[in-house]
Amino acid sequence: MNTLIFLVQQMMMFSIPLMVVALGGLFSERSGIVNIGLEGTMIFGAFLSILFISNMQGTIPGQPVLLLGILIAAVAGVVISLPHAFASINMKANQVISGTAINMFAPAFAIFTARMVQPSTAQQVPFINQFRIEKVPLLGDIPIIGPMVFQNAYITTYIGIAILVVSWLVLYKTKFGLRLRACGEHPQAADSVGINVYKMRWLGVIISGVLAGVGGLIFIIPTTTSFNASVAGYGFLALAVLIFGQWRPWRVAFAAFFFGFMKTVASAYSTIPLLASSNIPSDIYKMLPYIATLVVLAFTARRSQAPKASGIPYDAGGR
Amino acid sequence: MKKLMRSEGTYSFLSSLIAIVIGILLGFIVLLIANPGQAFNGLIAIIKGGFGSMRDIGQTLYNATPIIMTGLSVGFANKCGLFNIGGPGQFIVGGYVAVYIGVEWTFLPGFTHWAVALIGAVVAGAIWGAVPGILKALANVNEVITCIMMNYIGMSFVNMMVRRTIYDSLKNQSKPPAATAILPKAGMDKIFESGGAPSSANAGFIIAVLVGILVWIVVSKTKFGFELKACGLNRDAAKYAGINEKKSIILSMVIAGSLAALGGALLFLAGAGRGIHVEDVLMAEGFNGIPVALLGMSNPIAIIFSGLFIAHLTMGGFNMQLFGFVPQVIDIITSVIIYFSAFSLFFRQMLQGKNRRRRVEASVTAGIEETRGPAEDEPPLPGEKPPAQKGRGGDGE
Repeated sequence: MNTLIFLVQQMMMFSIPLMVVALGGLFSERSGIVNIGLEGTMIFGAFLSILFISNMQGTIPGQPVLLLGILIAAVAGVVISLPHAFASINMKANQVISGTAINMFAPAFAIFTARMVQPSTAQQVPFINQFRIEKVPLLGDIPIIGPMVFQNAYITTYIGIAILVVSWLVLYKTKFGLRLRACGEHPQAADSVGINVYKMRWLGVIISGVLAGVGGLIFIIPTTTSFNASVAGYGFLALAVLIFGQWRPWRVAFAAFFFGFMKTVASAYSTIPLLASSNIPSDIYKMLPYIATLVVLAFTARRSQAPKASGIPYDAGGR
Repeated sequence: MKKLMRSEGTYSFLSSLIAIVIGILLGFIVLLIANPGQAFNGLIAIIKGGFGSMRDIGQTLYNATPIIMTGLSVGFANKCGLFNIGGPGQFIVGGYVAVYIGVEWTFLPGFTHWAVALIGAVVAGAIWGAVPGILKALANVNEVITCIMMNYIGMSFVNMMVRRTIYDSLKNQSKPPAATAILPKAGMDKIFESGGAPSSANAGFIIAVLVGILVWIVVSKTKFGFELKACGLNRDAAKYAGINEKKSIILSMVIAGSLAALGGALLFLAGAGRGIHVEDVLMAEGFNGIPVALLGMSNPIAIIFSGLFIAHLTMGGFNMQLFGFVPQVIDIITSVIIYFSAFSLFFRQMLQGKNRRRRVEASVTAGIEETRGPAEDEPPLPGEKPPAQKGRGGDGE
């Protein structure tokens, strides 16, 4: 049982950032703009917020500095997404190109600025991880779920879950969400009833910038103590999670947890007695989530529910 | 000459050129912010790139080879409307098979050794590209996600296989291939050397250029290439015209995979002492093919040049460190160039706009003169005013 609790705690650290970034991709693609630049947005958001946290940790205490960091990550994510939005929406350019440009720009910018700004031109941005919550006062004592979710956690975990719930509410229960989805399915029809497609798509990309930036920070905080301009390909993985989740929030969450769980088993299999005794090399475990995804997709993708107008520049004169 | 000036190709080239100029200008601004005193020297270093010494030119060719191949891979898949983001996976799988043959199959004589290694890499890449291709053609799975999966599977698979078969535990990388498996220098080590130290340039670059020309011939001059392009422009229309679009998609990814894998083989068999590192990192050369293909507008010949150009910039960035700048500035410049290359359609319309207006006006005037001429011979219908007299300024018709 203790192993399971440990596995679930670890899984949270992998899954929550993946889910948040994938939800960002969801908002963008649902409005009709493909955002390949999630990886770069994560790096940019994480870099600026970690830089802030690293420098302000002395003056501002524990959790508040993390919350401020989240705010900065959100703003950073928006800033780096603005060129992508402009190129894709106003210039009707190829959306893959501007996304790729962001992916190239962000790590280069992070390393360049880190070396310029930090003493002794250090490339990595170190910070002290003082954000782990040992136990949430009352909830941590609940028999099984308590240790899994409310001990050894971070406040970012709960923020991530809140983002999931809010995303679902906004997308399916509000007027704004309905209009956003309309722009991704048939923008000309949406335009005919008076929705400003450009404004909706801009909002979609901005929201994806916020979530991806925050997701970058959520990823870095539990996993390392110094940021080195890399998020280990999580941005691309989030794209896969988005497609796996068929562009629906709860399915995306399920996909993110599936991936996170497999990744955790891959890295912590030595703690599971049954798996440790079999001589399967660790690389097989690392490949497992990806192979599983391929297999599942092969059987389910025929009924793909991608937003119909996603990736196609909006042509107001079209049918 | 005028026709050449106004052709589509020239406009594409000019718009790429505009993107490059803007990118370098913005890079210069970054240099100014970082270190105003040395900024101009840094800019000169970037523009000069590898032209400082013969050895540097050779290094540029060596650096260009893998990204030309991955660029061709992305560009070729793009012709069929597919986005091959699986470069890293295909690259490393091809590299592994080539190195394995290079290390283990020493029974092969002389030049056949490296040739067989390259063929092995091509086969491995074909298999690695076939998986996303088949899944897309038969099960309609988005090739982006399958390619991403194959990247990670390839990375872990090669790590595992290197550890088991050709492992050098001291350096945590693959063992060096046999001397007969190293690509021949083709005299390039004599040409591109300075101060007695040759560069790593080798026949790999020549192979890359030849492959690029071959790909261009296939895409532009063969029926197969035509079918691919038709499939990419409109899959349903191609099917209606009788083209087997499933076959086209699968073959497109298979070939794209082989191209990237060949790039991996050319890199690791270049004799520069670079082995396959056993670590959980996707190879950057795999992804760097995307900007090369974008800058080259997916045209194989243009991709050769854009690969050379990006390698040239990289060399410049390396030399720029002399003035105290971080080489990441080059990545910043490249990303800005890529971003503005997306505006190529906009630039092209801007350039063509002036031309178009002139042409439109000329044809309108010609049309007016044509219609005015004969009409003056006919008598006016009753009630109609007679046509205006010759010489403008008539009674304001």
